[in-house]
Amino acid sequence: MSLEPHGDEKPLLTLAGVSKSFPGVRALSSVSLSLFPGQVTALVGENGAGKSTLVKILTGIYWPEEGHLSIDGERQSFSSPHDAAQAGITAIHQETVLFDDLSVAENIFIGHAPRNRFGLIDGRAMRREAARLLERIGASLDPTARLRDLGIASKHLVAIARALSIDARVVIMDEPTAALSHKEIEELYELVETLKADGKAILFISHKFDEIFRIADRYTVFRDGEMAGSGLIAETDSSSLVTLMVGRSVESVFPAGSGHLGETVMQVTGYSHPTEFENIAFSLRRGEILGFYGLVGAGRSECMQSLFGVSRPSAGRVEIDGRELAAASPADAIARGLVYVPEDRGGQGAITGLPVVGNVALPSLGGLSKRGFIAMAREFALAREYTARLDLRAAALDQPVGQLSGGNQQKVVIAKWLATRPTVIILDEPTKGIDIGSKAAVHAFMRELADDGLAVIMVSSEIPEVLGMSDRVIVLREGRQVAEFISEAASPEALVRAAAGIDEAA
Amino acid sequence: MSGLLSRRDALLALALALLIALVAWRFPAFARPTSLGGVFTDSSILIILALGQMMVILTRCIDLSMASNLALVGMIVAMTNAALPALPVPLLVVLAIAIGATLGAVNGLLVWKVGIPPIVVTLGTLTIFRGLIFVISDGQWINAHEMSDGFKALPRLTVARVPLLAWSAIVAFAAVAVFVSRTGTGRALYAVGGNPDAAVYAGIDAGRTRCIAFVIAGALAGFAGYLWVARYAVAYVDIAGGFELDVIAACVIGGISIAGGIGTVVGALLGALFLGVIKNALPVVDVSPFWQLAISGAAIIIAVLFNARAERRPGRIILKRAEQGVTIAVPRSVQGKSVQGESA
Amino acid sequence: MNIPEPASAPRALPDRSRGWLARSATSWETLLLLVAITIFLINMQASPYFLDPWNLSDATFNFTEKAMIAFAMAMLIVAGEIDLSVASIIALASTAMGFAVQLGAGTPVLVLVGLGVGLLCGAFNGLLVARFGLPSIVVTIGTLSLFRGIAYIVLGDQAYSGYPESFAWFGQGYVFWVITVEMVLFALVALAFGVLLHKTSFGRAVYAIGNNPTAALFSGIRVPRVKFVLFLLTGLMAGLAAVCLTSRLGSTRPSIAVGWELEVVTMVVLGGVNILGGSGTLPGVVLAAIIMGLVTFGFGLMNVPGIVMSIFVGLLLIAVIALPVLGRRLVSLRR
Repeated sequence: MSLEPHGDEKPLLTLAGVSKSFPGVRALSSVSLSLFPGQVTALVGENGAGKSTLVKILTGIYWPEEGHLSIDGERQSFSSPHDAAQAGITAIHQETVLFDDLSVAENIFIGHAPRNRFGLIDGRAMRREAARLLERIGASLDPTARLRDLGIASKHLVAIARALSIDARVVIMDEPTAALSHKEIEELYELVETLKADGKAILFISHKFDEIFRIADRYTVFRDGEMAGSGLIAETDSSSLVTLMVGRSVESVFPAGSGHLGETVMQVTGYSHPTEFENIAFSLRRGEILGFYGLVGAGRSECMQSLFGVSRPSAGRVEIDGRELAAASPADAIARGLVYVPEDRGGQGAITGLPVVGNVALPSLGGLSKRGFIAMAREFALAREYTARLDLRAAALDQPVGQLSGGNQQKVVIAKWLATRPTVIILDEPTKGIDIGSKAAVHAFMRELADDGLAVIMVSSEIPEVLGMSDRVIVLREGRQVAEFISEAASPEALVRAAAGIDEAA
Repeated sequence: MSGLLSRRDALLALALALLIALVAWRFPAFARPTSLGGVFTDSSILIILALGQMMVILTRCIDLSMASNLALVGMIVAMTNAALPALPVPLLVVLAIAIGATLGAVNGLLVWKVGIPPIVVTLGTLTIFRGLIFVISDGQWINAHEMSDGFKALPRLTVARVPLLAWSAIVAFAAVAVFVSRTGTGRALYAVGGNPDAAVYAGIDAGRTRCIAFVIAGALAGFAGYLWVARYAVAYVDIAGGFELDVIAACVIGGISIAGGIGTVVGALLGALFLGVIKNALPVVDVSPFWQLAISGAAIIIAVLFNARAERRPGRIILKRAEQGVTIAVPRSVQGKSVQGESA
Repeated sequence: MNIPEPASAPRALPDRSRGWLARSATSWETLLLLVAITIFLINMQASPYFLDPWNLSDATFNFTEKAMIAFAMAMLIVAGEIDLSVASIIALASTAMGFAVQLGAGTPVLVLVGLGVGLLCGAFNGLLVARFGLPSIVVTIGTLSLFRGIAYIVLGDQAYSGYPESFAWFGQGYVFWVITVEMVLFALVALAFGVLLHKTSFGRAVYAIGNNPTAALFSGIRVPRVKFVLFLLTGLMAGLAAVCLTSRLGSTRPSIAVGWELEVVTMVVLGGVNILGGSGTLPGVVLAAIIMGLVTFGFGLMNVPGIVMSIFVGLLLIAVIALPVLGRRLVSLRR
């Protein structure tokens, strides 16, 4: 794919032929990207398409195995995030990477504060400069306010002010509007215009099409770690973008189900949380796969974790097999047959310091032990059985899970839950960051689980997966349930529109 | 920084004032300026050490060896003074600070360059430093009559009717306050403790910052070492035994979070004063000094409970409210037809 | 449940990646064993009195009581917490026992009082840490002062004595020849905790929590409950140590066992338990206790004062953590 020439503009930053792999996954495959001064380039793609890896390469956290990065035509080599900052690249992330306990001015100037003639930080000059920068971007913030006391929109503004203070030339914005109100979003757009007028090259990552078409000049679409397309925004539309994002046809890759649905095994009504979600309601039958789609931050994981007993809902009723479940902790949920495979595999799913056998047997230890004493032979036997059936690739059962690839770690997590013989299994982004081979295995597995009488809930941000695997899809947006589709009759566009609220009054 | 006193510091100051008022209600003499001044002077060494410990705790570390550092340096300068009484006392003070800083550097380098967890390092140096006191002194005491008059008198000299011992605490407070609020490294302490990952992005070397914190804490401990042996006019192996716990207690009461990144110099000062007031108030109120330990313990636990509530972070806010102008779609079951209408 | 067989014949994974010998040869416990043997040999050379059975038996007193606490502390540290108040629990339990003696209690009641106070203190710590989620290091620094402080309030600078003769059996009694009661208790407690940590689901839960408390919670482990029990056990062992110590000394002062918490933590860390949690074995702690005992005894025979000995222990602690790190760095430099 080549970039359309637009006059004789020269790109400020170029990435060419960049590839990056991790154990078992090829995150980026020979991608190229150009950022132009005074222009916004939108980077679009599903979860796992490689966007965050790209950002990490641009900001100096990772370094590519192949390809190179040039600024103003000169090759660059970053050995730390500091180098990238020195080269004029900064990023504004969803979660701000700043210091809550320092003031606005200090956050803007940490690492390069103005000094007085004694070598001490000149607080007054710092605050003055900070006020000037803030004014320039139209932010009415008090430079002495503590960052912790500010909302996320203001924190973004501070991050942008910091970018200006280090004279950044490339500004990366990673889903910056995820937590902002409409008014704040408008203000952010104006800010982007200010940055454009300043000649900055902006990389804008977003799922929201209205945003992309509002402020971007160019676009690049990633899919499965490769460039799927790029060009000028003026010459495309949302449907084409969606097609580029989604790519392959939906039906071919996914296993078909047997179609036998059993009795209703789970019923959720009026399920709400004070700050995370509201009025979630659905029912689930044996043999069914129910998909949950939505943008990042829509509240799906929060809802599932609440069902699992990690957090407390404020209202609502959950029934499993006709009896109410009020889970005060995951142990309660597991006892009733509800299990959860988290999105954060390494942090919440698998215990990376423990061996495979330790992980797989952990929730089942009660059944494996007599009066508390574990029968080691049965522990290994259990692990052997379930890891073999999932075709786990590891050196041995006592290998620490942290040494396995992402796909295999996921298999360990799934194996451990299967060993508890659950009734309902919730999988949160089960194939995120996993290679194709393991993805297919996980999908085949899920289908078999359903066909065998398990009820499956799958949270996913990948449209082909959601439409291909689930029987029904529920769409969440900003904590609310906005749509329900029957998968075989739903289109990717409909899903995306519902999730992004495209058809609603702005 | 928003205002001179943070909310927690203000509350602590209030609690301190209430405590003094409580004592003064029955024993008005306690609240007299000379009496309170005496309490301040008495707490000076604890204040100095608490300032040092604060800096270490800010970076998510801990220093259990401060009291042993103090004792070792105290013994060294006492022995030097006994052997060479002609040496000017200010020189000995400089020596004390230098040796203290070196001992602190041992801690700092082991944490930075070797990567040993601070609690293990300082657990080790705690016993090593204290053992070294025995080695150099052969278990002997240095008594008052062996110290030169100048040596013993220095802390008691008054300037503007305030003894130098109290001035030491004031100067240390001012110096640390400037360091922590006006220097790059000082601000880096908060950054490293508050968000170590972000600190890397900002180009701050976390290991080096921690090492510097340990060195300064060591220097302050060394300085306090001179003050201690001069004030009490004695030096032996067990001086300041267990004092490191008082220092940590002062920090906890002062609102310095053990998780790092949170804490103020004012807090450290007030925490130390709080313990000092308790210690001095007990004999006045005719409560046996044996109550002191239990009261400090209770104060620490209450402070920890209080700190924990203050540090709780709010959860994610996902639900948007109606006043922000977003219309919510009513859940609908669409039979998969592509919905008409163009997006923006 | 019918889970599909993969396309190729199902391969069962081997249980272990390395053989028993390879695993043992590179383990921390093996290193400790070598250190222990070395120190034993050095001691043999250094003093003719070393191998006398009665001397050796006497020597055990300087570590058995601390080791009993160390076993419980080891489990607590593996779970990612710490209890610095154990020495103060000893002081308080001992004071309570002395108080009971003044009231005329007999030996069985005294033992119950000692263990009971230990349990109560442990429960207090456990409540603050497990239920309220407070950081254990500062909480136990607080209770360290509080517990010993209460002992001081009760006793001041006095001492209780007048313990019944039968009470002395715990700390001064012999089961058989040179084998003291305390040695037997040590062995029993070591065995009990060894089994608890390595062979029960509770022990697995402890390792899981120490490695990743969130994932452990998500795996259905009742994390607060496990932590609470660990603090109870630590308190109980401190109570047991109080019984032994008080029985051995025949009297109680509020100042007993000062500094013991640091020795106990040293024993645990020397034993290969990661201070940050998640790994470590009980046999390692047993060996570490024996090593510290041998060192103390050996130095004692050479008339080295205790405080100099502690320099050695401090150096040993740092060296033992530093050497693997430095060693690894040397290896990677050479590559």
